[in-house]
Amino acid sequence: MSQKVFIAFQDNDNARYLVEAVMQDNPEAEVQHQPAMIRIEAEKRLVINRATMEETLGREWDVQEMLIDVISIGGNVDEDDDHFILQWN
Amino acid sequence: MAIKNKKLNLKDKYQYLTRDMAWEPTYQKKEDIYPDEQFEGIKITDWSQWEDPFRLTMDAYWKYQAEKEKKLYAIFDAFAQNNGHQNITDARYVNALKLFLSGVSPLEYAAFQGYARVGRQFSGAGARVACQLQAIDELRHSQTQQHAMSHYNKHFNGLHDAAHQHDRIWFLSVPKSFFDDARSAGPFEFLTAISFSFEYVLTNLLFVPFMSGAAYNGDMATVTFGFSAQSDEARHMTLGLEVIKFILEQHEDNVPIIQRWIDKWFWRGFRLLSLVGMMMDYMLPNKVMSWAEAWEVYYEQNGGALFKDLERYGIRPPKYQDVANAAKNHVSHQAWGTFYQYSQATNFHTWMPEEEEMTWLSEKYPETFDKYYRARFEHWDKEQKEGRRFYNNTLPQLCQVCQIPVIFTEKDDPSVFSHRQIKHEGERYHFCSDGCCDIFKNEPEKYIQAWLPVHQIYQGNCGGADVATVVEKYYHINLGVDNMEYHGSPDHQRWLDIKGLKPLQSNSEKKTAA
Ligand SMILES: [Fe+2]
Ligand SMILES: [Fe+2]
Ligand SMILES: [Zn+2]
Repeated sequence: MSQKVFIAFQDNDNARYLVEAVMQDNPEAEVQHQPAMIRIEAEKRLVINRATMEETLGREWDVQEMLIDVISIGGNVDEDDDHFILQWN
Repeated sequence: MAIKNKKLNLKDKYQYLTRDMAWEPTYQKKEDIYPDEQFEGIKITDWSQWEDPFRLTMDAYWKYQAEKEKKLYAIFDAFAQNNGHQNITDARYVNALKLFLSGVSPLEYAAFQGYARVGRQFSGAGARVACQLQAIDELRHSQTQQHAMSHYNKHFNGLHDAAHQHDRIWFLSVPKSFFDDARSAGPFEFLTAISFSFEYVLTNLLFVPFMSGAAYNGDMATVTFGFSAQSDEARHMTLGLEVIKFILEQHEDNVPIIQRWIDKWFWRGFRLLSLVGMMMDYMLPNKVMSWAEAWEVYYEQNGGALFKDLERYGIRPPKYQDVANAAKNHVSHQAWGTFYQYSQATNFHTWMPEEEEMTWLSEKYPETFDKYYRARFEHWDKEQKEGRRFYNNTLPQLCQVCQIPVIFTEKDDPSVFSHRQIKHEGERYHFCSDGCCDIFKNEPEKYIQAWLPVHQIYQGNCGGADVATVVEKYYHINLGVDNMEYHGSPDHQRWLDIKGLKPLQSNSEKKTAA
């Protein structure tokens, strides 16, 4: 059985950069556009890297800033200063 | 400690600002300070193993929450200033908000009370901090939802007394008793019920369709409060999953206790969500996805991944999951059919789907809608159009546990009502399902105390002996104005005025419109 992790963001300006960064670091992930939200799912594991986000945004970015735009998640969370990871074991 | 470097990393900051703020008691016994931590039989050997993956501290919490609130209230203002209610797809949609405001917003408040309480009851500092932050979140959800809907209350009927109604109206005892059941349990069961089973496993099915539905129906205010609340929810869901893993890792004796709670709260949550199912399939003029599709993505797929992950602890998927999965093609139709018949006692309007909505239902439910439901709905529609709108005046038998009328059918035969009954100490009790009957059998002394609205009416505890008195005096519903058939209602009339660009009636006149 497949085991998908997912994250959903509000479809706003911040989310565009998040999606761009996520797709760079997780090329196999699938992006789904739904009314007012963007949902990204991937098999077993999805990572958001601070470095990639800062590159995309062109400014400093705190991983916890993500809390403002996230709608929902599925998977075990592992967060530190440099990344946010969702995964199933 | 040497804090010479400009910025603490997340892990250290979390350690200093949460765990290190706690202390070991010296002149009081721990059992006396945390008296509710033992009685459920959950064994915690080492609270320091507790993980809070978001590592949120108070300073960061205020910073991000303030930012969320600023964004949210700017949109509420813009929505009100621009008469946003005129841009929704159809006034039938507002009835979904009435259901939300009286059925869900009071649960946010109940969650606030619940987390404030358990945030005091754990001896582990990490768990206490997480619960206290969540308590503040839930209070915020309750408040922002009421603020968002107050604009609709100026223009539509039925939104005027949701908190009063939540404690009294027959079907609102379904959500109310769900949370009361959880809040009157011990702290570990409360977290398993609300953080894990409700928020982690099922809450996506409540908020995501509701908010996408609002977006699809032009309701900017609701989309915004919903997503703002959901941004806290991601944290709550994570707490839910961590709680379960933590308890299961602490002691193997915890496994069967947790399994029984998962079975119980999955079933209770599934029953509760039938209200959301009917909202999605019947109350949204522009439909996002069917209830069956939402169930497939958010329960069968996501829940499947979750329970596979929990296998290593000896946890299996919830009992009666097969019944719930099979019911996805029936519950919304059965629930809407019931609310339609009893709309003289609801705080919102009901109606039969229009022809193109019936077509949509046939497409989304190819195996069930035409075969079991369409003929009855077409008959009711015809009756209404010929001036004989059907209302059922016999009060239904309620389930002793979920408090939903016994309206759902057997898994293997949709033409037979699912009804169970047992005798307990000389009294007979009725249930909608094996799931609810099992819950009763495990804790009969709890559920024999249930406040069942139908029984209470018949016992004379609801202000009168006829529907009109109970509905108007006890429920605070304006009979025939706030409820019953949508077509021809004051809300409907008002909507036609808005769309026809006729001069609007003033607010004070709206309640008396015919
Ligand atoms: Fe909430
Ligand atoms: Fe929550
Ligand atoms: Zn039941």
